[in-house]
Amino acid sequence: MAHILRFRKLCFLEPVKYSSCDKAKAVEKKSVETPKVENEDQGAVSALLEENTKRKKQKKQPKEWRCIDSCCWIVGYMCTTWWLLLFLFHCLPGNLPGLKVPEPPGARLKREGLTALHPVVLVPGIVTGGLELWEGKPCYEDLFRRRLWGGSFTEIFKRPMCWLEHLSLDNETGLDPPGIRVRAVPGLVAADYFAPGYFVWAILIENLARIGYEGKNMYMAAYDWRLSFQNTEIRDQTLSRLKSKIELMYVTNGNKKVVVVPHSMGVIYFLHFLKWVESPPPMGGGGGPGWCAKHIKAIMNIGPAFLGVPKAVSNILSAESKDVAFIRAMAPGLLDSDFLGLQTLEHVMRVSRTWDSIVSLIPKGGETIWGNLDWSPEEGHVCDSAKKMYQQHLHNNRKNEYNSKGGTSFRVQELTKYGRMISFGKAASDLPSSQLPVFGSEEFVRGNSSPNSNSSCGDVWTEYNEMTQESIKKIAENKAYTVRTLLDLLRFIAPKMMKRAEAHFSHGISDDLDDPKYSHYKYWSNPLETKLPDAPDMEIYCLYGVGIPTERSYVYKLSASGRCKTIPLQIDSSADGSDNGCLKGGVYFADGDESVPVLSAGFMCAKGWKGKTRFNPSGIATYIREYMHKPPTSLLEGRGLESGAHVDIMGNVALIEDVLRVAAGASGAELLGDRIYSDIRKMSEKINIRL
Amino acid sequence: MSLLRRRKVPENEITQVPDPNSDGNEKEKEKEKGKNIIDKKKEIRKSQKQQTNWNCVDSCCWFIGCICVVWWVLLFLYNMMPYSFPQYVAEVITGPMPDPPGVKLQKEGLKAKHPVVFVPGIVTGGLELWEGHQCADGLFRKRLWGGTFGEVYKRPLCWVEHMSLDNETGLDPPGIRVRPVTGLVAADYFAPGYFVWAVLIANLARIGYEEKTMYMASYDWRLSFQNTEVRDQSLSRIKSNIELMVATNGGNKAIIIPHSMGVLYFLHFMKWVEAPAPMGGGGGPDWCAKHIKTVVNIGGPFLGVPKAISGLFSAEARDIAVARAIAPGVLDKDLFHIQTLQHIMKMTRTWDSTMSMIPKGGDTIWGGLDWAPEESYVPSKRRQRNNGTNEDENTESKVKRINYGRMISFGKDVAEAHSSEIERIDFRDAVKGSNVANHTCRDVWTEYHDMGFGGIKAVAEYKAYTAGDILDLLQFVAPKMMKRGSAHFSYGIADNLEDPKYQHYKYWSNPLETKLPNAPEMEIFSMYGVGIPTERAYVYRLTPAADCYIPFQIDTSAGENDEDRCLKDGVFTIEGDETVPVLSAGFMSAKGWRGKTRFNPSGIPTYIREYEHAPPSSLLEGRGTQSGAHVDIMGNFALIEDIMRIAAGAKGEELGGDLVYSDIFKWSEKIKLPL
Repeated sequence: MAHILRFRKLCFLEPVKYSSCDKAKAVEKKSVETPKVENEDQGAVSALLEENTKRKKQKKQPKEWRCIDSCCWIVGYMCTTWWLLLFLFHCLPGNLPGLKVPEPPGARLKREGLTALHPVVLVPGIVTGGLELWEGKPCYEDLFRRRLWGGSFTEIFKRPMCWLEHLSLDNETGLDPPGIRVRAVPGLVAADYFAPGYFVWAILIENLARIGYEGKNMYMAAYDWRLSFQNTEIRDQTLSRLKSKIELMYVTNGNKKVVVVPHSMGVIYFLHFLKWVESPPPMGGGGGPGWCAKHIKAIMNIGPAFLGVPKAVSNILSAESKDVAFIRAMAPGLLDSDFLGLQTLEHVMRVSRTWDSIVSLIPKGGETIWGNLDWSPEEGHVCDSAKKMYQQHLHNNRKNEYNSKGGTSFRVQELTKYGRMISFGKAASDLPSSQLPVFGSEEFVRGNSSPNSNSSCGDVWTEYNEMTQESIKKIAENKAYTVRTLLDLLRFIAPKMMKRAEAHFSHGISDDLDDPKYSHYKYWSNPLETKLPDAPDMEIYCLYGVGIPTERSYVYKLSASGRCKTIPLQIDSSADGSDNGCLKGGVYFADGDESVPVLSAGFMCAKGWKGKTRFNPSGIATYIREYMHKPPTSLLEGRGLESGAHVDIMGNVALIEDVLRVAAGASGAELLGDRIYSDIRKMSEKINIRL
Repeated sequence: MSLLRRRKVPENEITQVPDPNSDGNEKEKEKEKGKNIIDKKKEIRKSQKQQTNWNCVDSCCWFIGCICVVWWVLLFLYNMMPYSFPQYVAEVITGPMPDPPGVKLQKEGLKAKHPVVFVPGIVTGGLELWEGHQCADGLFRKRLWGGTFGEVYKRPLCWVEHMSLDNETGLDPPGIRVRPVTGLVAADYFAPGYFVWAVLIANLARIGYEEKTMYMASYDWRLSFQNTEVRDQSLSRIKSNIELMVATNGGNKAIIIPHSMGVLYFLHFMKWVEAPAPMGGGGGPDWCAKHIKTVVNIGGPFLGVPKAISGLFSAEARDIAVARAIAPGVLDKDLFHIQTLQHIMKMTRTWDSTMSMIPKGGDTIWGGLDWAPEESYVPSKRRQRNNGTNEDENTESKVKRINYGRMISFGKDVAEAHSSEIERIDFRDAVKGSNVANHTCRDVWTEYHDMGFGGIKAVAEYKAYTAGDILDLLQFVAPKMMKRGSAHFSYGIADNLEDPKYQHYKYWSNPLETKLPNAPEMEIFSMYGVGIPTERAYVYRLTPAADCYIPFQIDTSAGENDEDRCLKDGVFTIEGDETVPVLSAGFMSAKGWRGKTRFNPSGIPTYIREYEHAPPSSLLEGRGTQSGAHVDIMGNFALIEDIMRIAAGAKGEELGGDLVYSDIFKWSEKIKLPL
């Protein structure tokens, strides 16, 4: 302590002494120069003023010192208080009376006597799985086996270009670029937390553990979510691993079938697996036709994107979704401008277009499912009064509610035309179809020359660079696109990506499922082009949140052509609709869980697979469990115990309870079957599909 | 107003400075002013006193702030530092470093071929909590073992409670589930910065290995081997994973790399997998031949380690014994009611796996009272590379022989005396006295408390214990533990391997009581470090009686001053890798399995690769690239290179066959074991 004080003295007092010495000299000088003026006030004042100016110069030094001192002092003060608070926080007993954490569902169910019975397989979705580096370019030499995706993302800020380079895939093959190997993190850590504190599977895992689950009967089927599904098998043998793990868990847990819990894109990944595992070897896993029936008890799809998500479209077109468009509107120029030469969106687009998996999320089923220019299954949806209607749902019976809905939709004159996934200009989204220009996809003519790209714009290359201004204009002239024409548009805009990816994914509806072409793997992840396996005892659940406005279709505009703007299209965030309040910031909203519209999540369970249909020949039982979104009541609840949002739903108490009960052996009927808040039944009825 | 203030303040300041040139008038004024000033100064002093109180806190804050800022700046600089900087510095100081073997072999064109399975040893694998008591709230899926060990300091008793197993069953205590961490992270680093497998993994990755071709066969190393299957199905997982990897890698057989106790675990696995279903894995008699190309044992304690004895007997190894000698009382005292050693002992005695490391083979292998295979060992003699042929009779005769066979002797004189001079009173029938420990010992319970003074005395009066006697000793000292352990492990030598009793799993991890699988194309390597003194035998003494204590401890005063210095701090040391003596690591490959023997009926070729220990030349090298120490050898470049060549498809002959520095062949000759 003593020497600390001495140290401080040295630092603090020395400059003062020094200045006082100087002052002494100054006074000497002054007394020599003007000895008589001292008594006179004015003279003194002037002298003092002079002196002051001199002294100010001299004082600057000590003042600087003090500034640093006080800075240090403040920092020290803050540090100490911080530590003190941290210390107190750690000393805080876990169960303060005021901060009582609600009992987790796992603990409650354990008291009810539930114990682990069926092994559980978790299949994460897109984006949430961690990726780590196994081989990299020199700029990332030190990051061996560190996470590039997931975790703290600090590397983005340190070396953004290097990061982008490593996360991209090869533009031709959709596999690793030469010299780079980025692989999925294995194990439960792959997707328990996406970023520190941002849970994905962690809460579900914790609750499962409470009723007795552990590493031996819980498996996270992590895969590289950037690849197309079949490529995960080709490159990493991920599907083979999954098969072997399920077989192992089945055997080591006393021949108990597994319960599979896929989330988001994991749902279609697992659909792919179901077909793969029963197909004969070179293309499939060779498990034989009874494999699924033997090994799988139930598939509990959380937030399933069975029929794709409209978000994927805006992502491919202009690398933006609602949030990005909103930022753009709030601070115009921030994202667009060449600020610091970053060209963020262009980079994002370039990288994400090498990811085949995004294509798997493009809406499937064409106009039959998603509606055409004039019609869409959700057209009666009323956004503003959505909440009110749900409450009616709870209290009134079905008929009453139907009437009231009819009333509201009559009051509002026009129905939202969700079927027009992309419209250029707000007007085009409202017009009756007869006034729209006739569309033909043949009109797209690709300019041979590439006048749009000039080398001064940095090295960010997107496929837009290969397009001529005229063809882009032509795109915009067509005004409105439905899902079917949208695919043509994407093929035109992103030819390489679509060519690559369409070898792996298909987006249609099959007429004849027995056609031998459907044994190709590209159809396996489309529920409308595959049959479910022959496993009558299996159960399929669709668990998803409702009550959050979800992107359904977009209003686009041509972006002002700047020197270096390589993305010519952007969401017209100025388009705000009065009708139904469904149009906001250039995006039409429908009911859903913020990412997946109800239609995509629920249709297969509500209609496509209900009973014995051609998509479900063995009559696998399906159940719909919807979870009404309730935002967290207080900050202490974090992301909410009753959230219905796409990822946050993994912390939803009701959902966790359902999963736990099924894992502990309950069947769908014991969960009391369907629980529906949305209009999914009505929407499904409107869809005219042969079953 | 501002003017006035300006006037006054500077005047005061000016007058503080004595002015030699001023005249009388001014002096008077000065005096008046001086009085004022003195008054003012007093006031100021008073106020300054308050300020100084403040200043103390202030300066503390200031000081902390300074440190924080400096720390942040350093941290920032460190983070901004290019990755290659430390290496650059190291190269400037010590000259160019050799390429890591991964880079070197990548240039040579080696490619990943065979899938690789790592089997970690005892202690190095991480354990995480899946279910715990109240005190461990918030630790769900956090590491209790491995990692930072932060919890040990925060809640030591809670930690001990969770790390212990059930004393009766050797499985989980009720309400607690601690499970092994899975994946490569289980044992790549033991603690932050302390690598175990990480270096090897990184080098393998250079030639193309990744998650799909590497598998860490992590298991709960506290359990007995068969119990890992009973509780976690660990063996089934390993089997399934090896099958998967062989299938997905185009039928290339797997390379198994066990380390330390993992060697025994994998020995157990090889028997288990071919044994029929209820007890074994039901893989059929040719499973190993079909799926395994090579077993590369690193630092394998095939015949056990003497360290295990001191660990079980008195919860101390050389390090602890030295700590005790330097600061007597710290570990023994009841200070803060901690009773560290007793707690450790209580905990480790619930771990069945420690018993797998008790020296096996009895007196035949480890020597009797007057005889030991290593008796001619001279540590000061520098060895050249020899292949067991050149013997130096001259030096041997001069040297005083050390009775390594007496694994535990009570008193230094006993350790050195001729066997005829030692009076031994058999302890086996000694009556265990009434409880020494009354209940003042709180909740720390060790079985010593059941033994009584009579028992303790009897143990000490037997004077010298050989490897065979030690089993009886442990039986006597810790009956419960040994009862549990002897159901899972055996320490003898089989006379007739065809005896059906050897189908029981308790014999599977003892290489002297099992046959290797029928897989003539397989290869077995024994790789281990040499050149480090390794514990081989101990000099014990009785501790002065206290209320709660472990009655025996290593006699750290027993040392030797001659140049050989095999005895130091109560421990006889021998050649080895700091933990495993050469005899244990090398004997099976040097003799027991060499050629077609009854332990190796199909004649699986065996190779010995020894790595001479060279300490790191500078601090920058970390734990060294030529280390031979038990764990640090995993960073030994020569060893890594050998492993990588094997993984890329090389055979034992292509590596150059045996590489021997120690006298292992000579020592093996002396062991009379029917083969």
